[in-house]
Amino acid sequence: MTRYFTQDHEWIEVDGSNATVGITDYAQGQLGDITFVDLPAAGTSVKKGDAPCVVDSVKAASDVYSPASGEVTEANGALDGEPELVNTDPEGAGWLFKLTLSDAGELDGLMDKAAYDEFVAGL
Amino acid sequence: MSEAEDIEEIEVLTLPLDGWHRARGGRMVEFAGYWMPVQFEGILAEHEWTRASAGLFDVSHMGQLYISGEGVEAALEAVLPIDLATLKPNGPRYSMLLDEEGGILDDLMVTRWSTGFYLVVNGATKWDDMGHLREHLPDEVTMMYMEDNALLALQGPQAAAALERVTTGEWPLSALTFMKGGQFKIAGVDAWISRSGYTGEDGFEIAIPAESAALVADTICAQPEVKPIGLGARDSLRLEAGLPLYGHDLSPDHSPVDADLLFAVNKRRRTEGGFLGAERVLRELAEGTKQKRVGLALEGRQAAREGAEVYNGDQKVGVLTSGGFSPTLGHPIAMAYVDMAHTAEGTALEVDVRGKRLPARVVSMPFVPHRYYR
Repeated sequence: MTRYFTQDHEWIEVDGSNATVGITDYAQGQLGDITFVDLPAAGTSVKKGDAPCVVDSVKAASDVYSPASGEVTEANGALDGEPELVNTDPEGAGWLFKLTLSDAGELDGLMDKAAYDEFVAGL
Repeated sequence: MSEAEDIEEIEVLTLPLDGWHRARGGRMVEFAGYWMPVQFEGILAEHEWTRASAGLFDVSHMGQLYISGEGVEAALEAVLPIDLATLKPNGPRYSMLLDEEGGILDDLMVTRWSTGFYLVVNGATKWDDMGHLREHLPDEVTMMYMEDNALLALQGPQAAAALERVTTGEWPLSALTFMKGGQFKIAGVDAWISRSGYTGEDGFEIAIPAESAALVADTICAQPEVKPIGLGARDSLRLEAGLPLYGHDLSPDHSPVDADLLFAVNKRRRTEGGFLGAERVLRELAEGTKQKRVGLALEGRQAAREGAEVYNGDQKVGVLTSGGFSPTLGHPIAMAYVDMAHTAEGTALEVDVRGKRLPARVVSMPFVPHRYYR
């Protein structure tokens, strides 16, 4: 499994053609207390750069962009009752949705962990 | 040069407690032309701390004005819909600056001091307010911008206990009830304290010399009940308290009538008029308005925010001017201007958020009961 990161602070973990998407710890820290996550339904077709998911904090609503194209297979139902999981474990139990990738080539331009950490350090 | 380039060149100013906030981990954002802390440990935690204990807010961006001189009383009544004959010394009263057409230029607090009037106006509007006041006040009346003053607010059920411990004065702090004020000392610093605020909680607003602001803030924050609170929680607290925010819920497009703030137009002025904008206010009082500001309670957890449209079936009947998740109530709340036919308490409406219709109903404000010390 490989995890990639975007400049918009999403992460995508890829296992073959299956992937899991979430937001990074840096992103949750910027958003603050998350009160609601508007998740995509299974079967939703997404293109890279679409915003199938919205994370609501006390401060504002923020789009989550899909780092790759594909079809949503599952959303993290645990967030309906505990949206704060995105704050407490953004890169684990606070994942947002899973999808089957339609074009693995789209991952080429994304950052690995080291590159992302460097990117965040420069912000 | 484009307009955008002009704007970039305007320098963001710092307030007397800038370093104090940064040293305490405040996340600074630009607000009303100043760097201000939006949060310290987190908006939700700060919100809950203020409702349970006491929060210290820096509101030094607000404009403190002192207006005095011969004929000041009549001159102020010509620009404000206030009845100064019923305004006793030292107690702040809520009022509004209206333009010639009755639109709201700002909301403010007016306090009668021994020789003049102390006004506190919003930070983002203070320069325009001063221009407007100067234009409409006669030359004999002087307006002083008290720019060497800082302004703090200590709010919450433990605010009185915490502040009393560090305050000395001719009277005990407990002599102040809601909307009363007086001169005190905090850590030896002269402080004008009024029992007022913007959270719906018991609390105080504290005007002090800017040079002593850090000493006073340190002294108050050293009390175990007190933590510093940022702008984020200030907004969520005032929304729960049903208090409008200028520039969002109030603007020149609205009057005290459709804003449902008629209490700011004192009784005598409603019949006599004689203030700037009175024509519209008196006409609307007689004829009514198309819309008014109401509170909306939303179901679920997804918040609707400023700009979201309000629907009754297919018919658009209003628009949100503020909205967010209420930490105290556990569901989203909002303020909206809604067509009069749909403003009765309990009316079921819908709010459009990104194409999704969220069920909402009209509720009375405040959303969270006020707990003033009367």
